[in-house]
Amino acid sequence: MNDEMIVFKDFGFQYFEQSEPTLHHINLTIRKGEKILIAGPSGSGKSTLGNCINGLIPFAHKGKITGSLTVAGIETKNSSLFELSSKVGTVLQDSDGQFIGLNVAEDIAFALENDCIEQKEMIERVRKTAEMVGMDTHLAKDPHRCSGGQKQRVSLAGVMVDDVDILLFDEPLANLDPKTGKTAIELIDEIAASGKTIVIIEHRLEDVLHRHVDRIVLVNDGRIIMDDTPDNVLAANILTSYGIREPLYLKAARYAGCEITADMKPASIETIDTEKLRSPLKYWFEENKGRYDAKERKEMLEVKNISFSYDGVKPTLDGINLTIHEGEMLSIVGKNGAGKTTLSSILCGFIKPDEGSVLMYGEDLSKYSISERAEYIGIVMQNPNQMISKTMIFDEIALGLRIRNVDEKEIEKKVDEVLKICGLYEFRSWPISALSFGQKKRVTIASILVLNPKILILDEPTAGQDYYHYSEIMEFLKRLNEQGQTIILITHDMHLMLEYTERAVVLSDAKLLADEKSYQVLCDPDLTQRANLRETSLFELAEKTGFSDPEAFVECFIHYDRRMRADENQNVLLQSA
Amino acid sequence: MKIRTFSYSQLDTFVHRLSGLSKLVCFLLLTSAIMLTYDIRIILGIMILSFAMMRVAKIRYSQIRLMLIYVMAFLVVNFFLTYVFEPEYGVQIYGTKHVLFSFGGSYTVTQEQLFYQFTKLFKYLSVIPLGIIFVLTTNPSEFASSLNGVGVSYKICTALSLTLRYFPDVADDYNTIALAQQARGVEMSSKAKMTERLKRSASILIPLIMTTMDRIELISNAMDLRGYGKHRKRTWYARKPLKKADYISMAVSLAVLVFTLYVRLCINHSIYYNPFI
Repeated sequence: MNDEMIVFKDFGFQYFEQSEPTLHHINLTIRKGEKILIAGPSGSGKSTLGNCINGLIPFAHKGKITGSLTVAGIETKNSSLFELSSKVGTVLQDSDGQFIGLNVAEDIAFALENDCIEQKEMIERVRKTAEMVGMDTHLAKDPHRCSGGQKQRVSLAGVMVDDVDILLFDEPLANLDPKTGKTAIELIDEIAASGKTIVIIEHRLEDVLHRHVDRIVLVNDGRIIMDDTPDNVLAANILTSYGIREPLYLKAARYAGCEITADMKPASIETIDTEKLRSPLKYWFEENKGRYDAKERKEMLEVKNISFSYDGVKPTLDGINLTIHEGEMLSIVGKNGAGKTTLSSILCGFIKPDEGSVLMYGEDLSKYSISERAEYIGIVMQNPNQMISKTMIFDEIALGLRIRNVDEKEIEKKVDEVLKICGLYEFRSWPISALSFGQKKRVTIASILVLNPKILILDEPTAGQDYYHYSEIMEFLKRLNEQGQTIILITHDMHLMLEYTERAVVLSDAKLLADEKSYQVLCDPDLTQRANLRETSLFELAEKTGFSDPEAFVECFIHYDRRMRADENQNVLLQSA
Repeated sequence: MKIRTFSYSQLDTFVHRLSGLSKLVCFLLLTSAIMLTYDIRIILGIMILSFAMMRVAKIRYSQIRLMLIYVMAFLVVNFFLTYVFEPEYGVQIYGTKHVLFSFGGSYTVTQEQLFYQFTKLFKYLSVIPLGIIFVLTTNPSEFASSLNGVGVSYKICTALSLTLRYFPDVADDYNTIALAQQARGVEMSSKAKMTERLKRSASILIPLIMTTMDRIELISNAMDLRGYGKHRKRTWYARKPLKKADYISMAVSLAVLVFTLYVRLCINHSIYYNPFI
């Protein structure tokens, strides 16, 4: 059989620095021209699986291989990274950090340069490949200045230029806003049509399934749990138990008590047969609608007519007005470059606005220095490595207090308190290097929280996290919020905004586009379009099943879902107590 | 949206079109010429040339403002300190003493001293634009390719070009980290004591090193996957063959150096030019 591209036979792998194998007894065959999604939670071994295919394992990351893996007929362990790289093209996540060339053309040409291709032929091949991904008019552009979607096209062209047989995408959606992510999936689909074998490693199932996928390979604990068509995998109802988010339209259907079967074609909101869902959903909606109460809140922070420009020509923020209330948790959303980060920098006093002011309980904050202002508004950066400077957890959290010359006894008391709030108390004497990403994140949150800021700003708190860790971080923030902490989240994760924040502020091209309830934002096709977001599939479900007011349906779902998750957490807490 | 104050900018001018290699050669030849002379006529000549080149290269004041401020501060301090420590050095060199005025005591200001100090000032002022031109108009990858062309190992060349390439990114990281640490109360201003400041700069350096390591791991994986280091040689997309303008520029620079040496050895018979006798 010549059309077998990738064949794992009883394959296992163990990193030299680890005591346990990461992959066990993998048996998997991928045929030429197939489009496969490998899904699994963080640490499941799905990335390791990908690295075995592209040769990073065992040639860059050393370890012990058992069994056999052939890629395009080549036994990988007897091959080399270079031989494999001419068969498998890998598009890594975070395209930003891996551009080598100074302009788009040069970056695409990198693989050819290494192959000693003559300059003339190189220019021709680069032009052709750029045309395939629609970047041929941007060849001279600095890749770092491209938009998120363009960046990904450049990375893609960079591996396609080598005319590889297999394309491997490692979390292609990780750093893209929802709309760009959707376009990326469409682009991958177009390339698949040209006959290439495609392997996508991703845990954002619903987004990948926007376009047809032949099979989903579900991985957990280094083993393949399921290897079947999307319809069968979704009907099996096992995703949530493996830490993968189920598509929202299916979650709603299950809440309404519907049974999902493979013949309903549940793989996508576009294909699903909603005939059987209609009446249960209606009944469920009538039962649950309107059961929510909004709290009256006191005004706290007022952003008044803020304008800012980096170069004095093009505004980054233009006349922004915003009021934040005590005890609120809200999200600021918008595409990359919309001004979200600039706004948070202004709130923290890192940069001064050209115009306008920031008032806390009517008091102008501009008179305070950056470090004084930290006692009003604290910010937690996206990447914990950008903040952590001590080796021990306790010292890291105590840093801000020690600098403020707080009495050491007082420090101990305060740090212990924060450690308990953040669920880190038992780790207090651990080195930070022993913590997981989510725990590190909590350390950075704790190190800001200990200064007792009135408002906490978090920049993309769950970026790059799978559903399990996402829930862990977000539930923690929710508990914090319930204890009265005001929290602002800067994000382009629609699930986060829908599930955890009541209110969303949408920025687009320097302007405040909307300031309303989160579910309303995601039910407004015009607004989502302009802010590079996507409508939620719940909205489409409601439309497909004939609700006259889809927005009310989405609202009902959100509140029902929150109650369900709160109960679930209650149970978990009771069980662990 | 990031402002990059000090990095290569892409324009199409005579200077930009020159190959990176010839720019390096011209830079080295002209700076050697300046180092080898104290003749103000030659120095002024090179200075005018280098300022003219900055004009040609369309370098904007806003790109170099920060650096110019530092340089100017350095020059002013240097100017005064030279006088304070060696007020009679000019007299020693030129062998005459034309007193302009004195501060009382032994501190006098002489024409010779002023002449010497201005010559020195112009020496700095003519080198700096050359350096700025080189950094701001040289495409790092093209420079790497021309270095490789004259026999330097391509691994060294890529390392160099990646350093130039990612320097602005690391600088951005540094800014973000510094601000975040300042928000936690790490005071970086001169208010803190020296030892304190050293200790506190660790709180910026450690995160900076960590994030830079992350960057390096990512990029080296990406390069491996695209076949970097496969062969002992490689080709360059950005390579520019040397053109007529390159040879002319190098010849002109060489001529300037030779002329400088000629003036020094055969006309002045000294590194100094002496207008006082």
